[in-house]
Amino acid sequence: MREVNRPVAGVNDFVVKFANVNGTGSASANGLIMKTVFRMGVPVVGKNFFPSNIQGLPTWYEIRVTGEGWSARSGRVDVMVAMNSETYVRDLKEVSPGGYLLHDSSWAHPVLLSREDVTVMGVPLSELCAENFEGARARILMKNIMYAGVMAALFELDLEVMRSLLTESYARKPALVDANMKAIQLGYDYAKANFQTPLPMRVEPLQRTAGHFVMDGNTAAALGCLYAGATVGAWYPITPSTSLMDAFKSFCMKHRVDPETGQRNFLIVQAEDELAAIGAVIGAAWNGARSFTPTSGPGISLMNEFIGLAYYAEIPTVLFDVQRVGPSTGMPTRTQQCDLLSCAYASHGDTRHVLLFPANPEEAFYLSVQAFDLAERLQTPVFVMLDLDIGMNDWMVPDLQWDDAYRPDRGKVLDAQTIQKIEKFHRYLDVDGDGIPWRTVPGTGEKGAYFTRGSGHNRFGGYTEDSVEYQEVVDRLVRKFKTAAGMVPKAIIKGSGAGAGIVSLGSCDGAVLEALAVLTRQGIKLDYLRVRGFPFGEEVEEFLASHEQLFVVEQNRDAQLKSLLTLETAVEKRKLHSILHYSGLPVTSSFIVEGINRAMSKGEAA
Amino acid sequence: MSIAKPKISRPNLPRNSQGLTRRDYEGGMSTLCAGCGHDSITAAIVQACFELSLPPQSVAKLSGIGCSSKTTAYFVSGAHGFNSVHGRMPAIAAGASAANRTLHYIGVSGDGDSLSIGLGQLGHAIRRNVDMLYLLENNGVYGLTKGQFSASAELGSQSKKGEKNDHEPIDPVLLALSIGATFVARSFSGDKEQLVPLLKAGLMHRGFALIDILSPCVTFNDHEGSTKSYAYVREHLHTPVAADYIETRGEIKVDYGPGEAVTVDMHDGHQVVLKKLDHDYDPTDRARALGYVQEHIARGEHVTGLIYLGEGRRNFHERHQTPEQPLNSLPYEMLCPGSDRLGSIIKRYR
Repeated sequence: MREVNRPVAGVNDFVVKFANVNGTGSASANGLIMKTVFRMGVPVVGKNFFPSNIQGLPTWYEIRVTGEGWSARSGRVDVMVAMNSETYVRDLKEVSPGGYLLHDSSWAHPVLLSREDVTVMGVPLSELCAENFEGARARILMKNIMYAGVMAALFELDLEVMRSLLTESYARKPALVDANMKAIQLGYDYAKANFQTPLPMRVEPLQRTAGHFVMDGNTAAALGCLYAGATVGAWYPITPSTSLMDAFKSFCMKHRVDPETGQRNFLIVQAEDELAAIGAVIGAAWNGARSFTPTSGPGISLMNEFIGLAYYAEIPTVLFDVQRVGPSTGMPTRTQQCDLLSCAYASHGDTRHVLLFPANPEEAFYLSVQAFDLAERLQTPVFVMLDLDIGMNDWMVPDLQWDDAYRPDRGKVLDAQTIQKIEKFHRYLDVDGDGIPWRTVPGTGEKGAYFTRGSGHNRFGGYTEDSVEYQEVVDRLVRKFKTAAGMVPKAIIKGSGAGAGIVSLGSCDGAVLEALAVLTRQGIKLDYLRVRGFPFGEEVEEFLASHEQLFVVEQNRDAQLKSLLTLETAVEKRKLHSILHYSGLPVTSSFIVEGINRAMSKGEAA
Repeated sequence: MSIAKPKISRPNLPRNSQGLTRRDYEGGMSTLCAGCGHDSITAAIVQACFELSLPPQSVAKLSGIGCSSKTTAYFVSGAHGFNSVHGRMPAIAAGASAANRTLHYIGVSGDGDSLSIGLGQLGHAIRRNVDMLYLLENNGVYGLTKGQFSASAELGSQSKKGEKNDHEPIDPVLLALSIGATFVARSFSGDKEQLVPLLKAGLMHRGFALIDILSPCVTFNDHEGSTKSYAYVREHLHTPVAADYIETRGEIKVDYGPGEAVTVDMHDGHQVVLKKLDHDYDPTDRARALGYVQEHIARGEHVTGLIYLGEGRRNFHERHQTPEQPLNSLPYEMLCPGSDRLGSIIKRYR
């Protein structure tokens, strides 16, 4: 998608994209460049488009330098670092007019000369590596780090910042710092000697990244689990959720191991499949531990039966769905928001579930903590709907705050002493009118003992096949769901008074916010509602009711958020117009701008 | 399924060290068919829990789906129970055990639940060595769906309708032995004398204790031609060792001859005394146990008793290095690193 609404790239405002072969160490070079920009105080966005493969397939990394602090992709590519001859043709095609393409000129590449509006720059990276480094593997790795030096010359990146980043990364192998710096310097010197540097698009130090750090959403969510006091995690490895449990384990090894005894105040079950993973989570939660499972769409499909059990037997369960492209195996390393419906109504029978929609790693942290509170308060599964973009990309995150006065909301759990005082305990009785019954944890006393079952049960917890008794319980679950609507995080609403608005969720947020700014410059004023929880609260109903034209921006083919809105609110379907992005890459601001421009010129949904 | 059983306590009933009678370990009224083997097993569980003086609340009863899985409602009503989904009880057990290692987990399953839909989960519970007693109430048939063969039905066994089973069985004992189970036993629902000590030993075993219990289905699999009928099972039992679970607190009274008895120490300080009925048998030798069971299967015999006992392997919690105090009762202050440390965690990502 060509960006048509923005001026050409310039200082602190450009996109550089790296086309690499996976397994060649390009991730460290690209990460180094991104982090250098960040340390120079300039806001930066990093997006990784990688294959489901260990070694040898094309992979891209896109760095957007954005002094204004936007958090999404813009849709431009100003500089392409084409390190993969397999993808030269498409990489060249993607460069925005007036842009640059850098390649390894150790060999001739006539194909790269086909565009007149792109400046092609060659650096003999392989030759330089062969001359300066020993060993095949080192030469491949150094080739990538060498272009970081070229970037430093082209964009005026601070070499000292690069050195300190390398020193931190290779704290245990200081020799590597020198080798890497040597490669960087070679690249830097070559660029200085052969090109006019810096390019018009370059980095000028700012002070806009103070109070921020760089983290992916899976790590942030794992941190949330740690702070929420989760003790049991069960999972089956699946891209793109794997790094969530990896991070949880690594945090726990640092912060949950008794220094004297070496005992671990957590237990992670690497299950045999997703069915077992969610089963273990349910077993642990039933037994009073905060427990969770990270997974992705295919895992959710497998977990469906158990999710229904947790819903009907009312067991607090926290699931992280790091959404990837479906259907079926789909594209495991690409992003989408395509599990909204399959999570909202997961499992057979009448079921509806609580969903949370974090927009970025910061919210992934806070909403993870809240997910555990909600799951225990509501005694039901809660889904934290992440996606690959949030989960696996590095985001600039405002410093997280923690209130030491926080204590987990364990919900309505009768402790051993209280159980002794009450006359008789009934598991599924709505004594408080909020649809939420009291529960007991195994081991806390005979009087609190009850039988948990997924089969028909009455409000006392007894087995039933009686119509009235059955309906009484499932009708209460509806009341509980209504209670949930008032408890999930409120939608974020921006602007007021416009007749039209955007409705979106999750990782679309950054692109929507930027699109709104662009549209405002064009004279188009729109309000914005970002839903953060399901069931939808009153504020969602009000926003939908008070706007005549609504653009629903989401990242799936079938307009799943729109479907949810139509099914679960009073909104008139004619008011909703979908803007759908489902290529597998994170949505860009220009895509949304163009979608809205197009719809408005056609007079759609008006 | 949960019809309350009237509690009649007679003053002269024997009481255990908890001050409880055997009746205190009963549960709801069974709704299984009259004469069902499962009900005898339930009675044996009640007896074993009573004899071990387990506080009822220290027991957690877990099951999947099927006739066998219903029985968790029929014993120890003072314990929490969890009737989960078909074939997935082992996952619930692993999670429950992760949260609280101090409870006695009794999992009740059947041959459909464990050997078909839940074969994978059974295998992995064994692999993890989850601390639990796992009972496989084995009748070779699907009862609730009216008589289909299960994966444990022997080749050539006849259904009630006269159909012959065309598949070799999956034997849970062979399976458990071959993938490293630490406690493997087989018994018969009609042999309470053998079953009760096995249940007690299994409950006290540190790790996964599997007891495959042949438990004839009176409605769908108790006819001529069935290899899981009362008559067939009774005629084809072979018991190489008799097991006695001994509490060391009491005096050990063993009336076995010299060389006949093997004593195995259990982690709780108790012992299992095994009386060899077959002098060649060694229940602590996994490979020989495997061979022995296979030889007898080839002769159409069901080997029963404590077939293998190995106390050495690390159990689930030992592998995970969890503390003695259950994870579900660790104070939040021990779990949350707090705001200062959050600052230093973030610092690494600048």
